[in-house]
Amino acid sequence: MSNEVEVPELGFVALIRYAWRQLTSMRTALILLMLMGIAAIPGSLIPQRITNAIAVRDFFAANPELAKWYDRFSLFDVYGSPWFSAIYILLFISLIGCVLPRSVEHYKAMRAQPPVTPKNLSRLEHHQELAGDAHTLDRAADWFKKNRFRVRLEGSAISAEKGFLRETGNLLFHLSLILILVGVSFGSLFGMRGEAIVSVGERFINVATSYDSLSFGKLTGEKSLPPFEITLDKFVAVYDPKTNAPKDYTAWVTVTDQGSTYKKLLKVNEPLTFGNTRVYLQANGYSPVVTVRDSQGNVALQGPIPFLPQDGNLRSIGAIKVPDAEPQIGFVSSFVPTNARTAGQGAISIFPELLDPKLLFSIWKGDLGLDSGVPQSVYRIDTTKLEKVGLGSVKPGETFTYPEGSITLETVVPWINLQIVEDPGKRYALIGGIFAVLGLLSSLYGRRRRIWIRLTSSGVEVAGLAKNSAPGLEAEIVKFVSAIRGDK
Amino acid sequence: MQTTWAYISNYCVYSAMAVFTISFIAHAFETAFAVRAPEVADTTNGSLLVKTLDYKRTEKTARIATAMMILGFILLFAGVVARGISAQHVPWGNMYEFSITGALAFTGAYLAALRTYDLRWLGLFVSLSVLLTLGTAITLLYRNSAPLVPALKSTWLVIHVTAAIISGGVFLLANVVAAAYLYLDRVEARGPRPLWLQRIPSLEVLDQLSYRLVAFVFPLWTFAVIAGAIWAESAWGRYWGWDPKETWAFITWVAYAAYLHARVTVGWRGRRAAWLCIFAGSTFLFNYVYVNVWGTGKHTYSGL
Repeated sequence: MSNEVEVPELGFVALIRYAWRQLTSMRTALILLMLMGIAAIPGSLIPQRITNAIAVRDFFAANPELAKWYDRFSLFDVYGSPWFSAIYILLFISLIGCVLPRSVEHYKAMRAQPPVTPKNLSRLEHHQELAGDAHTLDRAADWFKKNRFRVRLEGSAISAEKGFLRETGNLLFHLSLILILVGVSFGSLFGMRGEAIVSVGERFINVATSYDSLSFGKLTGEKSLPPFEITLDKFVAVYDPKTNAPKDYTAWVTVTDQGSTYKKLLKVNEPLTFGNTRVYLQANGYSPVVTVRDSQGNVALQGPIPFLPQDGNLRSIGAIKVPDAEPQIGFVSSFVPTNARTAGQGAISIFPELLDPKLLFSIWKGDLGLDSGVPQSVYRIDTTKLEKVGLGSVKPGETFTYPEGSITLETVVPWINLQIVEDPGKRYALIGGIFAVLGLLSSLYGRRRRIWIRLTSSGVEVAGLAKNSAPGLEAEIVKFVSAIRGDK
Repeated sequence: MQTTWAYISNYCVYSAMAVFTISFIAHAFETAFAVRAPEVADTTNGSLLVKTLDYKRTEKTARIATAMMILGFILLFAGVVARGISAQHVPWGNMYEFSITGALAFTGAYLAALRTYDLRWLGLFVSLSVLLTLGTAITLLYRNSAPLVPALKSTWLVIHVTAAIISGGVFLLANVVAAAYLYLDRVEARGPRPLWLQRIPSLEVLDQLSYRLVAFVFPLWTFAVIAGAIWAESAWGRYWGWDPKETWAFITWVAYAAYLHARVTVGWRGRRAAWLCIFAGSTFLFNYVYVNVWGTGKHTYSGL
């Protein structure tokens, strides 16, 4: 009976040990490393949800059947997919299994004395004999000390070793990679990321309802949002008149944080910082400020409506929805900051600044479907249940009247998209990154080598050994020899 | 004033191309004419029909070739600096500027390595690839010099891109050496090298050299990626987002890491190591061409 129990148990342990040895072998690590490189490729060729959700939606629309299969293999979420995670988790286990024992070994080796001087130095590289006596040996000891070799004094011989930094750097580099991974995971578990559009004159209050989109890490939630407020006082975008390309974006904001209120500049490379939370200026566009009245002249809607830019000259589309009018009214609109006439193409913009702004729209009445519970885009109107009642366009200050009421374009203000990110893990990733580079430098440029010297009947003999056949030992031995000879 | 500088830059780049052409011809001439045919064909004694290599004959040409390479480097350097002055930013705001700076880094890497190693056999290839790069840049990629878009206005542009360009130049040089290794390996498998290839060092030296180049520049590439991450954190709100350029930079990094491990730990040498080196280098080139020209994502500054 007992045998029947023990044998499979031994087998199991042996299997685990075998698997562990296989996993932590260099060959496996190398295969996993290459696999990870290859596995990252599809994510750069197939649109990814994390970088371009719209492209993924378009892909689904264009190839529904293929997209379904892609989705089954997580090809739209490669970097969060089970198979990608499996590769890097195995790789890191393999790395830990390799690096930790080596660290212990290296620590012991660093505390141990260099190995005993070999009996037969003449078989080693750079062997030479020269005249000398016990004083030569003293000078050698001094030279080793001055050049920070670790030495073993054996009376008639000295064994010296240097270059442990190579292995130290190597281990430091690999341990730093683990720290980077910890930082990345920490950030994705405890971080948050959200976006909010704010028009000039509006105030952003950092609570969940202010966001247009907001997502939290698995182990955090709304309570983690630090209390601050940002009011957008002014926004200026400067464009190059020759190429229409943006040159500079500057937002003037008023910040209220922990009872104090102050003015700040927000620019593209200069985010605002609140502890671990940073606020970035990410995108910009125009919000036409409109007043919509019903047929009695009562105001049904008033305020800035953010429009979504479609090209570099900020031709934008948007939806003005008036649910409080009776019947409900919707304007399917486009806005051009610098209007140009074209034959047949509709409105186009020829410059991204407000040189000749114009709001164009078609007017629809009926049920806007806002109460249906189906989430709607704020930039689009589903016109299937609506009836078209007119077409029009207005410039700032102008009013367009239609049977059900009127719309006035009061003015146009810019909006900015604030990206708000909390990443408590990034400082660990950064520290990991810095140590990784330092570790790499000392591991790839470091040279481990040994030098021996021994008194013989006719003088002294010297030999050296460079590990990893690193160059430079020959020159070092020439210096060493000239130093122990007492050459000036 | 800025237009004047742009013209000066273009003249410098064109002159550099002319000088690199001379260098290319001189290198070709040297390679071809170092082979000395026997002066008198002695048919009575068949064994005398042996060609010899005689570099004394072509030493002058070789010196001209290298001198022209240095002159081309200086002219190109002036072109790159003038472009920077005209655009009022570091000259790598779009793909044209990046290409001419990259060609400069490649030539620089060759000339720097030439001080330590006898690499003149590589000159033919280096001058040709620099010519091709500059030719493509000036015909297909040329854009008028323009101000930077806001996201590029950062000191990290200097740090991140300098590190990336230098790494790229050295990676490609390592690739050329690895390709030379593979070619010669095949040639030697069929018999002794033909005379015109005898100038090139032995297979062992090539093997070591491509490794040394990669090991030398790998920490810099790592730094370039990390510097890019730090910059992305301040410009885009995340330090890593699997943008196509980032993904391919990561793939290149992993490929070279695999190469270094394969050599140092597993002991790969020769053909396998050379192929892995070329594969890693191709991921860098792919990143440069594909992501800049056809790619999407946040790194599309090529101006194409």
